[in-house]
Amino acid sequence: MAEVSLRKVVKRYDEVEAVRGIDLDIADHEFVVLVGPSGCGKSTTLRMIAGLEDISDGDITIGGDIVNDVPPKDRDIAMVFQNYALYPHMTVAENMSFGLRLKHYPKAEIKSRVTEAARMLDITDLIDRKPKQLSGGQRQRVAMGRAIVRNPKVFLFDEPLSNLDAKLRVQMRIEIKKVHQKVRTTTVYVTHDQVEAMTLADRVVVMNHGRIEQIGAPNELYHKPATRFVASFIGSPAMNFVPCRLEDVGGRLHVRLTDRLAFPLPPARAARYQAVPRTDKLLLGIRPEHIAEARPHLHPGVEPFDAVLDVTEPMGMETLVYFTLEGAQICGRVNPNAGAQDGAPLRLAVDLNNMHLLNEVTGVVL
Amino acid sequence: MADVALHPNRVQATKATRRRNGLHNALRRKSTVAFLMTLPLILLVAAFVIYPAFYSLHLATLNKSMTKFIGLGNFEFLFKRDTFWLVVKQSCIFAISAVIFKALIGFIVAHFVHNVPANKQRRWRGMLLVPWVIPPAMSTLAWLWLFDPSYSAFNYTLSFFGIGPIPWTGDANWARFSVILVNVWYGAPFFMIMYLAALKSVPEQLYEAAAIDGANWWQRIWYVTLPMMRNIIAITTLFSLIVTFANFDIVRILTAGGPLDHTHIFATWAFRIGIEGSDIPLGASVSLFMVPILAVAAIFILRDISKRGNEA
Repeated sequence: MAEVSLRKVVKRYDEVEAVRGIDLDIADHEFVVLVGPSGCGKSTTLRMIAGLEDISDGDITIGGDIVNDVPPKDRDIAMVFQNYALYPHMTVAENMSFGLRLKHYPKAEIKSRVTEAARMLDITDLIDRKPKQLSGGQRQRVAMGRAIVRNPKVFLFDEPLSNLDAKLRVQMRIEIKKVHQKVRTTTVYVTHDQVEAMTLADRVVVMNHGRIEQIGAPNELYHKPATRFVASFIGSPAMNFVPCRLEDVGGRLHVRLTDRLAFPLPPARAARYQAVPRTDKLLLGIRPEHIAEARPHLHPGVEPFDAVLDVTEPMGMETLVYFTLEGAQICGRVNPNAGAQDGAPLRLAVDLNNMHLLNEVTGVVL
Repeated sequence: MADVALHPNRVQATKATRRRNGLHNALRRKSTVAFLMTLPLILLVAAFVIYPAFYSLHLATLNKSMTKFIGLGNFEFLFKRDTFWLVVKQSCIFAISAVIFKALIGFIVAHFVHNVPANKQRRWRGMLLVPWVIPPAMSTLAWLWLFDPSYSAFNYTLSFFGIGPIPWTGDANWARFSVILVNVWYGAPFFMIMYLAALKSVPEQLYEAAAIDGANWWQRIWYVTLPMMRNIIAITTLFSLIVTFANFDIVRILTAGGPLDHTHIFATWAFRIGIEGSDIPLGASVSLFMVPILAVAAIFILRDISKRGNEA
């Protein structure tokens, strides 16, 4: 096991810069998830760590050694691929032991390691089958088993759950987390699914356009996003953004959304945004769960307003409501018993204690 | 599977309707349609393959003037002749060594072409296929000139190194070498194109997984490429073995079986005896000998393929 470091790592393909100078330190035993939309450079970064792609510039170290020019087989890593990449002509046991057999491990040790990994992944009964006789979830377990038996310094996962159906994906997500709790191997995991990123990671690295937007623990990213991209990418349904500006009304700082709609800011927020120029074009960022039905007794900082709902989506435990404000579609989450109906008016309340204020031009969260 | 109706809801049709529309229903069955569509080919195969095959079986049981039934007499006669056993030996040497070299060269060249950048691959593929698309009778004539003992390009070039002149088609062993060489030159592109297609179908991720698992270049070929190509290799080898075993044109043009029958293979010898020697029944018996040998090879190779099935 080992720590992994990336220093100003760049990847260029002819004219395109896929990865634009990434700095990242991954601690020993840590589970780090690289997340971002397709084409953000996350898979390329992982493949550079694996040694499957050359790096154009910068340094990658694994366990303190620079591995820029070390071939994949000498990096002591294991990788789980999106399509599993199991050898179709080998049985499950042969697939799992392939790396060890190439390194001429003693037969008894290979057997004990394969048995142990198979037991951990609950695939003991499948050990003599060929990959084509397995379901997608079982293949994924075998692919993980192949990584585990090697006992490498680093696990690399390249969108391992993308080919599974939604239900199985949730199940395998838990499996992966359990395995990591047992083996504690340093793990770099790539996904485009922010839910996977949030649920699995010790730390999430959000990437966009070949750059790192923000690094942080899942809750930190959710509650303190640094940029508009992170704020909108993390969380589902996504954060709402409404054009707004600040103004002083009667000695209190207000956030004005429309000519008729302005909310006074709670004291803590008012103090924080006091220095923001009143002429700046801003965006108010509010997560759907902070727009709910108005209750008779509102907490301080929770401001009521009226909206005409465009669409409602009953989810069972809650109902998602959509309405339009200043041309922007806004989503809120209300109690199923709040009486939300398509096309009907509803009195809602916004919790400004959890608001975000962004610069509309730079996208930076203030 | 073959009898599934094209319209599943028709299964619910009553018996009476079904009887009335008997022909109509028959046409709706996939198997009937499939049979009708393949019928022209079946008729062609029957006319040009099955009929001649049985006719040659019939011929092989007649005497030289084709007037009397002599049973297995022709075969008894063949077994006693040394030339026949020489031809058996030569056919096996010719077919097996030619196929091995074709497969080997095809595999190496396919790897070379596979690793050529995509934009240049078409050109290389096209150039390397040339030997296979030229009619062999024509290209063998060119080889005949190259092999000419006194004025040929080969011997002229070798003379600079103080080698030769080599009797390319005049000495028994050199003549065997020459016919095999030309056959390899002609047939290797076929292996190349088949292997290239197989190589392209191996998922890149398997190589990446193997590289991470610690496999070097050679181990990647041995543990990933070859197993993934096994079926294609087996089918290509079988096909080539049959075609090479039954080869006629190259040997006929290059050596005509000489010197002293030392390059004859089944087809050329059957032609020599049956057509040139006017003993058609004996020629038919010679050519029939290819059948059991090839049948055994086919059974072994195809059995192996069906046993493994489609693992991918």
